[in-house]
Amino acid sequence: MDLGLDATLLARIQFAFTVTFHIIFPAFTIGLASYIATLEGIWYFRGDDRYHRLARFWTKIFAVSFAMGVVSGLPMSYQFGTNWSRFSVTTGNVIGPLLGYEVMTAFFLEATFLGIMLFGWNRVPRGLHFFSSCMVAFGTLLSAFWILSANSWMQYPTGHEVRDGIMVPVDWIAVIFNPTFPHRFAHMVTAAYITTAIVVLSVGARYWLANRYADESRVMVRMALAMILVLAPLQAFIGDQHGLKTAQYQPAKLAAMEAHWDGTKPAALVLFALPNAKTESNDYEIAIPNLGSFIITHDWNGLFPGLKQFKPADRPPLYMPFFGFRLMVAIGIWFIVLACIGGFLWWRGRLFQNRTYMRAAKYSWPLGFVAVVAGWFTTEVGRQPWIATGLVRTSEGVSPVASGAVGTSLILFFFVYLIVFSAGIVYINRLIHKGPVLQAPEGLDEGTPARPISAATETGRGRG
Amino acid sequence: MGEIAYWLPLVWAALIGIAIVMYVLLDGFDLGIGMLFLSGTSEEERDHMMNAIAPYWDGNETWLVLGGAGLLVAFPLAYGTILPALYIPIFVMLLALVFRGVAFEFRFVSKPHHHWWDRAFALGSTVATFAQGVVLGGFMQGINIQNREFAGSTFDWLTPFSLLCGVGLMAGYILLGSAWVMMKTDGDLARRAQRHAEWALYATLFFVAAVSLWTPLMSDHIAERWFRGEHIVWLWPVPFLTAVTALVTYRGARKGSGLQTFLGGMTLFLLCFLGLGISVFPYLVFPSITLWEAAAVPESQIFSLIGALLFLPLVLGYTAFVYWTFRGKVTEGEGYH
Repeated sequence: MDLGLDATLLARIQFAFTVTFHIIFPAFTIGLASYIATLEGIWYFRGDDRYHRLARFWTKIFAVSFAMGVVSGLPMSYQFGTNWSRFSVTTGNVIGPLLGYEVMTAFFLEATFLGIMLFGWNRVPRGLHFFSSCMVAFGTLLSAFWILSANSWMQYPTGHEVRDGIMVPVDWIAVIFNPTFPHRFAHMVTAAYITTAIVVLSVGARYWLANRYADESRVMVRMALAMILVLAPLQAFIGDQHGLKTAQYQPAKLAAMEAHWDGTKPAALVLFALPNAKTESNDYEIAIPNLGSFIITHDWNGLFPGLKQFKPADRPPLYMPFFGFRLMVAIGIWFIVLACIGGFLWWRGRLFQNRTYMRAAKYSWPLGFVAVVAGWFTTEVGRQPWIATGLVRTSEGVSPVASGAVGTSLILFFFVYLIVFSAGIVYINRLIHKGPVLQAPEGLDEGTPARPISAATETGRGRG
Repeated sequence: MGEIAYWLPLVWAALIGIAIVMYVLLDGFDLGIGMLFLSGTSEEERDHMMNAIAPYWDGNETWLVLGGAGLLVAFPLAYGTILPALYIPIFVMLLALVFRGVAFEFRFVSKPHHHWWDRAFALGSTVATFAQGVVLGGFMQGINIQNREFAGSTFDWLTPFSLLCGVGLMAGYILLGSAWVMMKTDGDLARRAQRHAEWALYATLFFVAAVSLWTPLMSDHIAERWFRGEHIVWLWPVPFLTAVTALVTYRGARKGSGLQTFLGGMTLFLLCFLGLGISVFPYLVFPSITLWEAAAVPESQIFSLIGALLFLPLVLGYTAFVYWTFRGKVTEGEGYH
């Protein structure tokens, strides 16, 4: 077996593993930062203490999640060099500045104001603290902006020219606002907000079912449900538009997502199948005729390219885009159902009497994360065999390093992330179990810099 | 365009130099405190040490991301050759930083069962520092390049020199960390930090001297630069100033002035970094790829430079603001948990 290929495969697995682990945290913290800023804003302007307790509570969970996001993100910025050096050298002129802008505009903003957000409750006035939380939330969104711009450029590069095998930018606006970027950005940010809203809904339901923190529970359930009612249907629309862009710019990926082989006939909507590369057809197919064409082209007899129109060497792998996409859509539909039932119960005034609904909400918490990861697997595996579509193949982007080094680091990443991730889940669960209580003794108001030592020592780092 | 193509890489080298210096100075002291962490004898002392850095560490570490991203932005060829060459130490550093970074949060959440995270914090800080020193050593001893690609093998970086640099950097960071503890705390903790600062200073000076003597013996280019080049009159103030700074730092540590020790330690680092830059200039991937050969096209460098000039002053501004917000000694029960 060719050693070069081995290193490529190992580097791909390593990137997939580390980025999958990483994306879970931004998917949560993008939404959570905005939620905390909203809670704090309501508290700041209305003075309702429930919102204050909730802001403090979610800030603790944010801190743990954000730390895991930071430490799992750091390896990403070096992995481009250690494992994908040829990609970095050929596309660095274009990709580099986008990542550079992410660091300069977003990372510093969130990391620095995070210090005030976590530790400044007693050091700065309320308004300034609120401002800091807003800056953290704004930073997470800016970060998503740049990284998705870079990713979208890899999906469909524009605004560059090739000089001596090196990509050189010629039009920065075309590079940054490349054609698949706006929808991808909207899709991801909405996904992050929904993921967070589902977690908030689930935590609210959990307290409500356990008869704890009734006030906070109501606030959380209502806020989250209102959010999902708006965003879940909106996401279906954005996703559809994003799919149309994929049909236009990455037809091979779309064909793989739909398991559509023959582009000369209208496409069925394949509900289930095992796509078979050898026979160039689907095994065990369950499909609705012509519905695929309708969804993609908005015409019952519309045509779009099938996998057979692409050379086998230019086709993406078949399973992950197909199943990843279906899993994501299924979860999206579940969220719409959950939102509609919840909205109906709320309208009838029976939301807080329905234990079955609350139980369904409680156990839905992981689904947003699953959908985000499934969606990313769909789009990233669907981009293969290219690392930058049409320009650089994945096998041409890898570093000239020994496969042993890549394999060993992969195994170590796996174990370290396993430990850190498991511990993180346990601790977040512990924080949720403890609930939104402020442990400072009664009458000890915010904004008092010096507090009795007893309040602090009993809880270690102290509470404000 | 010729003028610009000459100056841009120099400007970018200076900017990345600033990012690395910022990183070394800022994360240096919090890694140093991490290495000293287990010397805190009680839970309260360790809480204090951690609270002295908790509001800043995330911002500090972002300079490391900027260093990496900056290299990709401005010198993709250097990024694509240095990182594969130093694959293992960089990877070890990243893993160690993972443990250390989460320990900040996990330690407080896991109380009273936080002892493992105490150890993870100390060990992560130690290993990350050592690995950074090895990266520095691996960079200075030269990287095997052919056809604009790394052409060496997996363990090229592993030499007595790079290991020496690893231990040396540990001493330097401990110096900065203990000086920070002296500034931010009182009592026993501060007194112990004073002793740590003193011996860390001796060790740092030993390693600085060792590296300074070793590099010219190892590389003709470096020997030429310091001993035979035409500009040596301009260069020799650097070691002279280093000696003066060492004396000032020593006085600071002796009389227990945290500020003087800290500023002295920082100046030592700056001078060493300047010496390093003088040694390897004009190479970015020593000793074969120059700044200009590694540079991104001017279109990219200009675009990113606009961002750097707009945003880095802003970053420095709000970083300073956060440090100012948390100025003064750490008090009991500072924090949010």
